[in-house]
Amino acid sequence: MFTYLLKRLLYTVPIALAVTALCFSLVYLAPGDPLSAVLPSDASQEIIDIVKAQYGLDQPVFVQYWLWLKHALMGDLGQSISSGRPVADEIGKAIGNSLLLAGLASALAFTVGTVLGIFAGYRHGTATDRGLSALAIAGVSIPHYWLGIVLVAIFSARLNWLPAMGAGPEGSAGWSLEQVPYVVLPVLTLAAMPAGIVMRSVRALVAETLGRDFIVGLTAKGMGQAAIFRHLVKNIAPTTLAVLGVQLGYLMAGSILVETVFAWPGTGLLLNTAILQRDIPLLQGTIFVLAMFFVGLNLLVDMLQPLFDPRMKRT
Amino acid sequence: MASANDYMVDVAGLRKQFHVRPERWGAKPRVVHAVSDISFKLRPGVTMGIVGESGCGKSTVARLLMGLVEADGGDVRLAGQRLGYEPAQLKAVRRKVQMVFQDSFASLNPRMTVEASLMFGPVVHGMPRAEARRNAHDLLARVGLEPARFAGRYPHEVSGGQRQRVNIARALALRPEVVIFDEAVSALDKSVEIQVLNLLQDLKAEFGLTYLFISHDLNVVQYISDQVLVMYLGKIVEIGPVQAVYEHPAHPYTRALLASMPSMDPRRRTVAPPIVGDPPSPIDPPSGCRFRTRCPHAAVPCAEAEPMLVRTHTQTHADGSHQAACHMLNAAPGSWQPLVPTPPVHTRTTPGAMA
Amino acid sequence: MNTTTAPLAATALPAIEASPSYWAGVRRRLLQDRVAVVCMVILALIVLGALLAPWIAPHDPAVGSVLKRLKPVGTPGHPLGTDELGRDMLTRLLFGGRTSLLMGIAPVATALLIGGTLGMVAGFLGGRVNAVIMRSVDVVFAFPSVLLAVAIAGALGAGIGNTLLALTIVLIPPLVRVTESATTQVRAIEFIDAARASGAGNAVIMRAHVLSNVIGPVLVYATSLLSVSIIMAAGLSFIGLGAKPPTAEWGLMLNTLRNALYSQPLVAALPGVLIFAVSLCFNLLADGLRNAMEVQ
Repeated sequence: MFTYLLKRLLYTVPIALAVTALCFSLVYLAPGDPLSAVLPSDASQEIIDIVKAQYGLDQPVFVQYWLWLKHALMGDLGQSISSGRPVADEIGKAIGNSLLLAGLASALAFTVGTVLGIFAGYRHGTATDRGLSALAIAGVSIPHYWLGIVLVAIFSARLNWLPAMGAGPEGSAGWSLEQVPYVVLPVLTLAAMPAGIVMRSVRALVAETLGRDFIVGLTAKGMGQAAIFRHLVKNIAPTTLAVLGVQLGYLMAGSILVETVFAWPGTGLLLNTAILQRDIPLLQGTIFVLAMFFVGLNLLVDMLQPLFDPRMKRT
Repeated sequence: MASANDYMVDVAGLRKQFHVRPERWGAKPRVVHAVSDISFKLRPGVTMGIVGESGCGKSTVARLLMGLVEADGGDVRLAGQRLGYEPAQLKAVRRKVQMVFQDSFASLNPRMTVEASLMFGPVVHGMPRAEARRNAHDLLARVGLEPARFAGRYPHEVSGGQRQRVNIARALALRPEVVIFDEAVSALDKSVEIQVLNLLQDLKAEFGLTYLFISHDLNVVQYISDQVLVMYLGKIVEIGPVQAVYEHPAHPYTRALLASMPSMDPRRRTVAPPIVGDPPSPIDPPSGCRFRTRCPHAAVPCAEAEPMLVRTHTQTHADGSHQAACHMLNAAPGSWQPLVPTPPVHTRTTPGAMA
Repeated sequence: MNTTTAPLAATALPAIEASPSYWAGVRRRLLQDRVAVVCMVILALIVLGALLAPWIAPHDPAVGSVLKRLKPVGTPGHPLGTDELGRDMLTRLLFGGRTSLLMGIAPVATALLIGGTLGMVAGFLGGRVNAVIMRSVDVVFAFPSVLLAVAIAGALGAGIGNTLLALTIVLIPPLVRVTESATTQVRAIEFIDAARASGAGNAVIMRAHVLSNVIGPVLVYATSLLSVSIIMAAGLSFIGLGAKPPTAEWGLMLNTLRNALYSQPLVAALPGVLIFAVSLCFNLLADGLRNAMEVQ
């Protein structure tokens, strides 16, 4: 097992480096001069050169990459062109909000998905199972941004139960109970697709495990339902947790659409701003942090696998 | 002295090792000695049976001769053509030697009709499709399958025995000179098996083929072979005309194998297992003679040097074609004491005694 | 006595009984699956509507009168209402389908071609080729897909072409993985050895033997990817990265109609209904295809 963990860790390093290179090079895909957003179009060549040097754009690409990476790893992600504040600060403020959303949505998706999945798996083939499966497929197929809009239309516009936008009442700072209503709709929206995915995979696992011979053997030995259930959980736990981990990563990184709908001040909204304003440092920095988070999360999930799956402990 | 051109199959010093990845960091890579120094020659029209336990390397020999696996060393000549691994060389060899595999179902592409499977090889070698189709139908008829009924079928719509006939037809589609059968009848019901074996004899005569017949079933090998080669852990332990080997087995392993053949004859019941112990793994073969750990006659020289193939002195053929690799074979009587008395000799059964 | 390939008698061959092929069986089972058939019908209707939009749409998608803005569903002359600029919704939805469906389907088709080929080559040849291809794919996989699409589209700028490129790049790695896995499994089966024993080269074997055995599961996966692709394509337009106004596109329409949520929620939600419907149908169809292919 130790070898496995070590190999996995070592394997991540080149991958992470490649990811950073990708982040960095994205900027070079962009057409047009990144400076045009900062400088007036009639700036003299001297000023252009000075600003270029300030941003380090006059150096060869590899040097720029190396400098950027060095700074990034130390926490300095440059200055946002649109707001003027350090990128790291902006991200720092936003990431907590996104994590809150993603965390809650994951928890909800995991709970709902697992419970319904086990339920459906036990009743494999019945009408209940078919109904729940239909629900799951609907969840997986639904465009989450549209779901958000629909929920807002129903619960905000029509019924006025919940607020449509924002993370809290205007001017509020820090966490407070008043924020709870603001969280409900975004979390529900975000949770729909992963809940569907978790439910489908849990259902398939449960149905397959229940059908396996060793369950029949245990029942024949006279084991009660509760004990069988415990055995079941042990069998499906590793895969389910892996799915959950992956979903959490996707939720964090892919929250841009939902955050746009709800004007939720998270990293997704930051990305949106960066794209609209062509704020390259902010874009780079946000993508970098999100991608690193994703890589780290995958690594964590992979390294926790042996804890849950005894088959892996021996490798 | 027969010249080299007289032999249809000429194998010398064939070797193959597989490398197993070490389980832990820093552990030495393990080597599986699958095939070690195999040499034999076959005249045209001969059927050579190859017998041995699972893991002795017989299937690997088949794949090496087909060029499906690249040998580590040794020289192979088939119908005068030297086996090389350049694409052109391989393609040339594949016109001369073909193979029929054990799993009749896995040997056929489930998405291709019988006819299409038979046409594939010839078309690859340049035959026009219409002619290849005629060839396919012709072969189906020759292996006893009515073309009108079978050519358009898919592998899963055809029984095991019929599928194996299709595989045989496919092997013949390129008109090879040598055909290798790797446990080709092992999975068939006994009644079907005898039909297929008889078919193979007919085809051999009609097409003028040379056969290599690999099997773990000693009865079948005795029935169909002219010569037999006994393998153990990658090495040849005995080789010779089938009658000589079956009636006067020289090597202790061959004797044990033959003694373990189940028989309906009440006079020859097997009481005690002739060989004790598990077969050693080919990763770490015993030093010297590889059979010595299970051999009742093992003595000091057996651990020191690998025995070479030598003429047996119990042979009935004077041409030296019956050989065995055993240190205890030609030893002068009295110089080495066998640990147990030599077991009784196995007499040849009549064909009717076969199931 | 070895007969060389002497020309066989040039007589006509008797007719053979042809068995139904595997694909004929798949088609038959698929058509017996009611859910799958309904999905195919719905998809056909939507696609047909989109293709024939220039001829069957009642109005011009670009023309709208501010006087007629945000009319509800069921208005005479505008059965699905009008949007915030007074343009007919039915027309816009039909024309929007052309753009949205293109942006959803084209990347999958392209990625299938590129990714499928790479995966098959990687799976069949193994060794170093496999390592190079799969490790490169791993690197792209280390990036969350939505983020990558947004990043590429964001860097390149708005526009349909850039979105198509971004989505294709994002969809290639999963297709490579699925194809490679299926190819590796097929390669281990003996009929591939038999094909090699016939003297065929790698390319011939891949085309004649591997492809027909691998395409089933890959096609199922690609169909389920279609549902994801359509959602992502419309989503990119939703945040301003895909189609640009005044182009009709379902995701873009969702965005521009957001303020109408309070006055005409039904009209505002309509484009999303179509995205949902298409995505759902593709997913159900993928399930149906998988079931139809499973029988031996």
